[in-house]
Amino acid sequence: MKTISWRLVLVFAVMVTAVIYLLPSLKPALWPHKQINLGLDLQGGMHLVLEVDTDKAVKSTAERISQEIRELLKKNRIRHVSVDQIENAKISAQIKKEENIEKFKALLDDDFKDLRMLSESKSDGTLTIVMDLPDRDADHIKKLAVDQALETIRNRIDQFGVSEPDIRRQGDNRILIQLPGIKDTQRAKDLIGKTALLEFKLVDDTQSVEAALKGNAPPGTEILYKVEEDPATRRSIKTPFLLKKRTLLTGAYLTDARVQIDSQYNEPYVSINFDKKGARIFERITGDNVNKRLAIVLDNNVYSAPVIQEKIAGGQARITGRFTTEEARDLAIVLRAGALPAPVDILEERTVGPSLGADSIRKGLISMCIGGIFVVVFMILYYKGAGLIADIALILNIVLIAAGLAGFQATLTLPGIAGIILTIGMAVDANVIIFERIREEISIGRTPRAAVDAGYERATLTILDANVTTLIAALVLFQFGTGPVKGFAVTLSLGVISSLFTALILSRLIFDYIFMNRKVKTLSI
Amino acid sequence: MQFIKPDININFIGKRKIAFGVSIAMIVVSVISLIVHKGPKLGIDFSGGTLIQAKFLTPTKIADIKAGLQNIALSKSSVQQFGDMQANEYLIRTESTAATGERFSSDVEKALNSATGVEVEIRRVEMVGPQVGEDLREKALFAMFYALLFITIYISGRFELKWILSGVVASALIGAVYIFKLFDVSIPFLIVTALIVSLILFWFLELKYAMGAIVALIHDVTITVGIFSIFNKEFTLPIIAALLTIIGYSLNDTIIVFDRIRENLRRYHKNPLEVILNRSINETLSRTILTSLTTLFVVVTLYFLGGGIIHDFAFALIIGVLVGTYSSIFVASPILLAWQSRQQKK
Repeated sequence: MKTISWRLVLVFAVMVTAVIYLLPSLKPALWPHKQINLGLDLQGGMHLVLEVDTDKAVKSTAERISQEIRELLKKNRIRHVSVDQIENAKISAQIKKEENIEKFKALLDDDFKDLRMLSESKSDGTLTIVMDLPDRDADHIKKLAVDQALETIRNRIDQFGVSEPDIRRQGDNRILIQLPGIKDTQRAKDLIGKTALLEFKLVDDTQSVEAALKGNAPPGTEILYKVEEDPATRRSIKTPFLLKKRTLLTGAYLTDARVQIDSQYNEPYVSINFDKKGARIFERITGDNVNKRLAIVLDNNVYSAPVIQEKIAGGQARITGRFTTEEARDLAIVLRAGALPAPVDILEERTVGPSLGADSIRKGLISMCIGGIFVVVFMILYYKGAGLIADIALILNIVLIAAGLAGFQATLTLPGIAGIILTIGMAVDANVIIFERIREEISIGRTPRAAVDAGYERATLTILDANVTTLIAALVLFQFGTGPVKGFAVTLSLGVISSLFTALILSRLIFDYIFMNRKVKTLSI
Repeated sequence: MQFIKPDININFIGKRKIAFGVSIAMIVVSVISLIVHKGPKLGIDFSGGTLIQAKFLTPTKIADIKAGLQNIALSKSSVQQFGDMQANEYLIRTESTAATGERFSSDVEKALNSATGVEVEIRRVEMVGPQVGEDLREKALFAMFYALLFITIYISGRFELKWILSGVVASALIGAVYIFKLFDVSIPFLIVTALIVSLILFWFLELKYAMGAIVALIHDVTITVGIFSIFNKEFTLPIIAALLTIIGYSLNDTIIVFDRIRENLRRYHKNPLEVILNRSINETLSRTILTSLTTLFVVVTLYFLGGGIIHDFAFALIIGVLVGTYSSIFVASPILLAWQSRQQKK
């Protein structure tokens, strides 16, 4: 009697907990708790792994530093020194005249003492100094680049509007992004992957673009293209621009970017606002370069290059182009969220359409029902009354797995459903072991009660042993698996644990009740 | 109802030589197939590449699909029917990973549509870069390795009650693996070495149950991998999950027989080991068959009704259940006999 009561309390408690966790998934209105999460393979969506090109971040820092050095040299009137960023994020300085060497070194010691000296060589009176960023600084830049990329991408996705995105860091320089239920995957990918480095550069008018294309580009210039699609012929048109390499202003000073509709042409454009400092720089640039053309460059693509009519104060500018409303909206989002500190590459992509997900759910459930019905019928045919007990245990088992999924906020995937189906097949194992043991005990002449007691007693350890191995495999899988496979590991582990509970405690409880309520002479087994 | 009568007495152990021959033959065929196919056929999860699942509204010729792919620089792709015949679904695979950039799926859709003249839906795109493929390969192999390691520790600890000894075995294994890793050897080689080392250790430390279980495991996994290779099926992440499940499942059967052997050894210690082994296998036969049957049925249901994505996974489990059941009767227990002959020689 005493043993029955603790089992009863335990079973009751587990059942109630299970129902509480399951209710939201069955009737969300009744109990506002979290529902069972469906994996991307079931509800459709996109899984992306990006790699942040952290070397590029270090390189652009080196580029920035060499630009700073150049500016300082200019300010301090130190001549005959050329500073360039060369391969592998190194900075090389070439100094021609003896008197400048001292000055240059003094300048380095004063303002750039963090740079590491790599080599100094002298030939034909020219001193070449190669420097780079110390490893500690480079590592810091890399780490910061990934952090910033993560934050930027999170901002962009938030503004794009995806419910429950999962964005996290993976390893050193990878970012894992999961966007459940997303339909326009292409747009999302473009939005996430865009570096969105906005730059303002002057158009170089000293030389024609045609001559520059033939290889006569003046030093300090570059050729960038404006790419447009003709809406009528759907061909892309590339227009070259000869630009001064130097960036006058970047998107770093942006405070806002919004889509506006041009009242004249009824075309969308993006209006941008600079912060105070940005506005001041913009005012100076426009003031100094009236009648010149200022190119607006995004990720090395020229968007437009309007002629500066007058000095523009107030820090407002507009980016035009032949945008669709969607394109303009996405551009505004990436500009608002800011540029990625370094380009990102897509390393892994898995996209599942919603119709395929729905198919998978339907097929999974059908297999589960048919497999389940077979096992239930088989157990009743084979073990009669005892089979019925095993079936009750089996059904409760499935309820427990589902409750476990909801309770632990685990994700149900297609392999996860397969795991539940597998559990249905394997969960009766424990009952089979016990029932076979009971049959053996009865055949050697024990009373039903004694046979059941002995059966459970002897089978318990065996059952534990047998299940531990499956559990080990499932746990290792959980540790190493990703996405759908992890879902399999979860349902399999839950299945093993709940089948232990139902076989060893619940079915035993039912047997005990049968023996308590009436005198049993024969056992239906 | 009873399939197997309680007084059944099949002489399994007496047939061990036949079983031994069958097992060796299957393993040899598996290994030959693996050699002929130059190792297991890796899916895009492990080799890197792009996979596209496309569903057409009406039946379509594979040649037309290939023609469409040629226009968008995917000419080196392989195309095959996928899932049900009536579903008109096809899997397109290519080694290229660069292509999924901008507008990829809409381009594919357009190209297929214009080449076949049939409305098409891109239902799934999977792209795995070579670096990620390599990482996943490493992860999968380590998962197999650690599963084997933990199971080894558990079995030698649990069955021989030699936890300290099993700890020693485990640390020896981890140490060996660590040293080999320093020399940057490939992981398959690492796993094979680890297995050989553990078998040698078991033999000398007389951990006979552990030895039997591990031999059965190697047997099951090798044959399943071999059959996959014979049918030219691909290894993907879910297949690795299936293999790990097979490891757990096959041991499950083995452990139940071993448990009975231990029990019977205490009870009938005067009988020769052969008789005890046979008796134990026969006593648990009913349970072994029943459980395998219920499990087999659900995985067969999954195989036929679960849809294309889960097809190979279910196939691996079917083989695993069959081979696992066979090995717990015909492989794991007869290994215990090896000790008897060894002790007699002493």
